Amino acid sequence: MNILLKKELETIRKKLLALGAMVEDRFINVLKAFEFGETETCQKIIASDHEVDHMEVDIEEECLKVLALHQPVAGDLRFIIVVIKINNDLERIADEAVNIAQRIVRIQGFNYDSYIHDYKIMAEMAGGMLKMSLDAFVNQDIRMAEDVRAMDGKVDAMKNGFYDRLKGDIMKMPDKTGKLINMLLISRHLERIADHATNISEEVIYMKKGEIVRHR
Amino acid sequence: MNRIERSLTGIEENDPGNPKFLIRNLQFYYEEVQALFDINLDIFPQKVTALIGPSGCGKSTFLRCLNRMNDLISGARAQGEVLLDGENILSRQLDVVSLRRRIGMVFQKPNPFPKSIFENVAYGLRITGVKDKAYMAAHVEKSLKLAALWDEVKDRLHAPATSLSGGQQQRLCIARALAVEPEVLLMDEPASALDPIATLKIEELIHELKQKYTIVIVTHNMQQAARVSDTTAFFCMGKLIEVNSTDIMFTRPKDKQTEDYITGRFG
Repeated sequence: MNILLKKELETIRKKLLALGAMVEDRFINVLKAFEFGETETCQKIIASDHEVDHMEVDIEEECLKVLALHQPVAGDLRFIIVVIKINNDLERIADEAVNIAQRIVRIQGFNYDSYIHDYKIMAEMAGGMLKMSLDAFVNQDIRMAEDVRAMDGKVDAMKNGFYDRLKGDIMKMPDKTGKLINMLLISRHLERIADHATNISEEVIYMKKGEIVRHR
Repeated sequence: MNRIERSLTGIEENDPGNPKFLIRNLQFYYEEVQALFDINLDIFPQKVTALIGPSGCGKSTFLRCLNRMNDLISGARAQGEVLLDGENILSRQLDVVSLRRRIGMVFQKPNPFPKSIFENVAYGLRITGVKDKAYMAAHVEKSLKLAALWDEVKDRLHAPATSLSGGQQQRLCIARALAVEPEVLLMDEPASALDPIATLKIEELIHELKQKYTIVIVTHNMQQAARVSDTTAFFCMGKLIEVNSTDIMFTRPKDKQTEDYITGRFG
C-alpha cells in the first residue's frame, strides 16, 4: 500500500486524539471549577485556549496537505473529511469550555449550591457523550455513535428544564437577574457541547458507512 | 432494463436510458488461458465509462472486445454476447470493418500516419470513397475543431503530423477517429504518454465529446478516472468486481477489493 499516505493518516489520527484528550481535560476542569467555584482554574482555561487553537490549525493544515499531495479516495477520503470536521467540533467544544469559565467568573459571589446537583447531571451526560463519541471514533464503533445520538434529546430537555426553572427564579429574585442569566447560559453551553459530541458521532458513522445521517 | 438486470450490473443511480452496449456473460480466452470471466456490463450513450484495475486484469482485453480488435490476435476467442444497439457484435457474420467505423479507437501512444495533418484526418473518409474536395475540407475542419486542435493547426494543415507535439498528435488521432463519425470512442490510456497540460486538454475534450459519443476509457490514472467518467468499472484478474457511478466508486465503494485498489492497499 501507499506507505507515505498511511504514515500521514496515522500521524493525523494521533494528533486528533491528542486534541480530543486535551479538550476533554479542559471540559473536566471547567466542571470542577464550576462545582467548587474555582475562578483561578477558569482564568487558566481562558488564558490557554490558544493551545487548542494552534492544534486545530495544525491538524487542518496536515489534512489539507494530504488532500493536495495524495488525493485520497474512498475510506481514506472519508477519514480526512471526518477529521477536518471533528477537529472543528473539538475546537468549538474548547470554546464552549472557555465560555463556561467566563460565566463562572461572572457569577462569583452568587450562591448556586442548590443548582449544582442538576447541573452535574447535565454536565456528566454531555461529558459522557463527548467521551463516547471520541471512543466511537477510535474504535470505529457505530453502535456507540448511535447511542450518543440518542442521548442528545435528553440533554436538550435538561436545558429546557433549566430555562423554566431559571425563568421562575428570575421573577423571584429580580436583583439576581444577571447572575441567573449566566447560569442559564452555562446550561446552553453544556447543551452545545452535547451537540458537538453528536456531530462527532454522526461523522464517525459517515466515516465507517459512507452515509450522511445528519438531519435524520 | 429491469430491476434485476440493473442489480446485476450494479448501477444504482439515475436511469440513463437504454444502454449502447449490453455485455452478457462475456468470456475471453487467449488460446487456453482465460482472460475474462463472465463479464456483465451495460455501457450507456453520452456517458464516459472508465475501466480501471491493475495491470493484466483484463481491462484492455475487454475494451478490445468492444470493436473486435482481439480478432487480430491468433488463438484469441470470445464467448457470450456483446450487444451493440441490440446486435451481437461477436457474431461471425458481422462486417468488422463497418463495426470499426462505428467504433473509433484511440491508443496509448499517439500513432499518426506519416502524412500531413490534413491527410491524417482525411484518410478515413478517402477509404470510404469520399472524393468531393470541399466536403472533405469541411469535414476535416469539423473533426479538428471537435478534437480541439483546429486553432493550433489551421495555418499548417499540410505540415507533417509528426511535427506536432505529443499532446497535439494525440488530439489529431482523436480527430482522425472522429472524422468517420463513429458512435462510440474507445480510449486505451489516451493520456498516459502526455504531460499534465496535454492531459488536461484531452480530459476537457473527453468531457465535450461525451455529449455526442459513447466513450469507454481505460486508464491507470485513478484521478483521471474520477475526473472524466460517469461510471467506473473495476476489473481484477479477469473479473468485473464492481461497477457503479464514479462518485460512489471513489467515495464509498461497496467491494473491499475496489477500496483496496483505489486507496493503494492492493497486493
